[in-house]
Amino acid sequence: MIHVENLTRYYDNFCAVDGISFDIQKGEILGLLGPNGAGKTTTLRMLTGYLEPSTGQIKVQDYTIGPDTLEIKKRIGYLPESAPLYHDMIVYDYLEYIAEIRGLDAAPKMSRIRELAQLCGLNAVMHKTVGELSKGYKQRVGLAHALMNDPEILVLDEPTSGLDPNQIVEIREIIRKIGQEKTIILSTHILSEAEATCDRIVIIHHGKIVADGSTQTIKQSAGKDRMIYLTLADADFSGVRGLLEPVAGVTRIENVGAPGSDALQIRITLVSDADIRKDIYRLIRQTDWTLLEFRQETQSLEHIFRELTLEN
Amino acid sequence: MSPAIHIFKREFRAYIASPIAYIVISVFLLITGWFFFTPFFLQNQANLRSFFSLLPMVFSFVIPAVTMRLFSEEFSVGSYETLMTLPVTFTQIIVGKFLAACAFIAVMLVPTLLYPLTVSVLGALDWGPVVGGYLGALLLAGAFSAVGIFASSLTRNQIIAFIVGMAICFSLTLINQMLFFLPKSMLGFFEYLGADYHFQNIAKGVIDTRDILYFVSVGFIGLYGANLAMREKC
Repeated sequence: MIHVENLTRYYDNFCAVDGISFDIQKGEILGLLGPNGAGKTTTLRMLTGYLEPSTGQIKVQDYTIGPDTLEIKKRIGYLPESAPLYHDMIVYDYLEYIAEIRGLDAAPKMSRIRELAQLCGLNAVMHKTVGELSKGYKQRVGLAHALMNDPEILVLDEPTSGLDPNQIVEIREIIRKIGQEKTIILSTHILSEAEATCDRIVIIHHGKIVADGSTQTIKQSAGKDRMIYLTLADADFSGVRGLLEPVAGVTRIENVGAPGSDALQIRITLVSDADIRKDIYRLIRQTDWTLLEFRQETQSLEHIFRELTLEN
Repeated sequence: MSPAIHIFKREFRAYIASPIAYIVISVFLLITGWFFFTPFFLQNQANLRSFFSLLPMVFSFVIPAVTMRLFSEEFSVGSYETLMTLPVTFTQIIVGKFLAACAFIAVMLVPTLLYPLTVSVLGALDWGPVVGGYLGALLLAGAFSAVGIFASSLTRNQIIAFIVGMAICFSLTLINQMLFFLPKSMLGFFEYLGADYHFQNIAKGVIDTRDILYFVSVGFIGLYGANLAMREKC
């Protein structure tokens, strides 16, 4: 549906987006992740035709940005970061204005505005000016603005930034509802949000793509091992090592406890796809050690994100 | 219908809804009213010459005040981004905003129609120069609005847009007052550049295509400049 090839954008001499390429399928929800200044917003601005790429190509369906920008704008709904809308307009007037510019006729215009007010929960604020609204409501008006022409592609730049936890949940629900039929691209730096709402994640850093895939594949391809943490009392390290080292899948056993503490803290590193919790528990049960803690950790997306995007 | 019409409607409504518009109208009417009626009874002539002779000067600062928000406000609020990602072209946006400014200035001129009406009660008014003067005023308003829109498209700061617009409009108005500084060979050229010169020609009631062409050209150059400034932001 969307094909991006070698997209590059310079601001004077600063390279904000550096040769990124990706494809987006119809119906996919793509999350664009990256630290601040990574080039997320610039990428989205180029996709929506607001900025021109310095080099590279963007194709939406059969249209190319450049010659057919206007056609692409007709097919994309865009919510810019922090929903910059006309402050002096009444919500209803604003939506009507957008509907008119989008070329809706009088009858479908009315029903569409009513539909969007329902979907985005705007009924209570239809006659307030945009400037008076809270951030959450402004974001919803922005969402209604983006959805006005029932676009096939929806581009959302940090749709939940600056909202309180309740509003985040509400906006996320709306996005998920819309995402059942539409192609959605959203940028965020909230990782749990990307994990919860997106089918696929692209991580950008310094204008380059550093990871691309579903949350699962990114976690696997990060290649980090799984770990088990044990805290034992009444045990000694060499005894534990002797008991657990022969278990298949264990690559390393370390003592990570602070010296001098009563309990023994052990970290067991495993090969990535092994699950040997049962074996370990069975072995420990045969001894007279006291098991205080037993937890398994997989690499979190957060951890991977930090590793991929940390300076140096 | 072209999206330009919807942009025009929105901008015009924004004018009507904003308090600045009424302040500008009041200031405009106060100044023109004062300068028109103060010498009026001294001269004891039934014409509007003192009103029209001052109009280019008054427009030079009133019109940039009207147009300064058209782009600068969009840049600073960020709504420019939402506007630019709607399916509209640069030209449609510029034309919509330009027409809104012109329409607003036309509304601002409507109360001044009371001047010729009162004068015609007091004496035998020659309506030719009055009609010419109002036609010239509309042309001048169009040209200065285009200049003001260009100034507004350069910056996100409305004050800067106002000052730049005012500087250009004042230069265009005053350029033929400074002609005595210039060598004779360049006189004709600089006289042609002066907005006041062309406006006074029309305000005499003589409608010459050269004068109309001048205002159309200034308007076109201003709007084209705004178009270039928008292109630069992409």
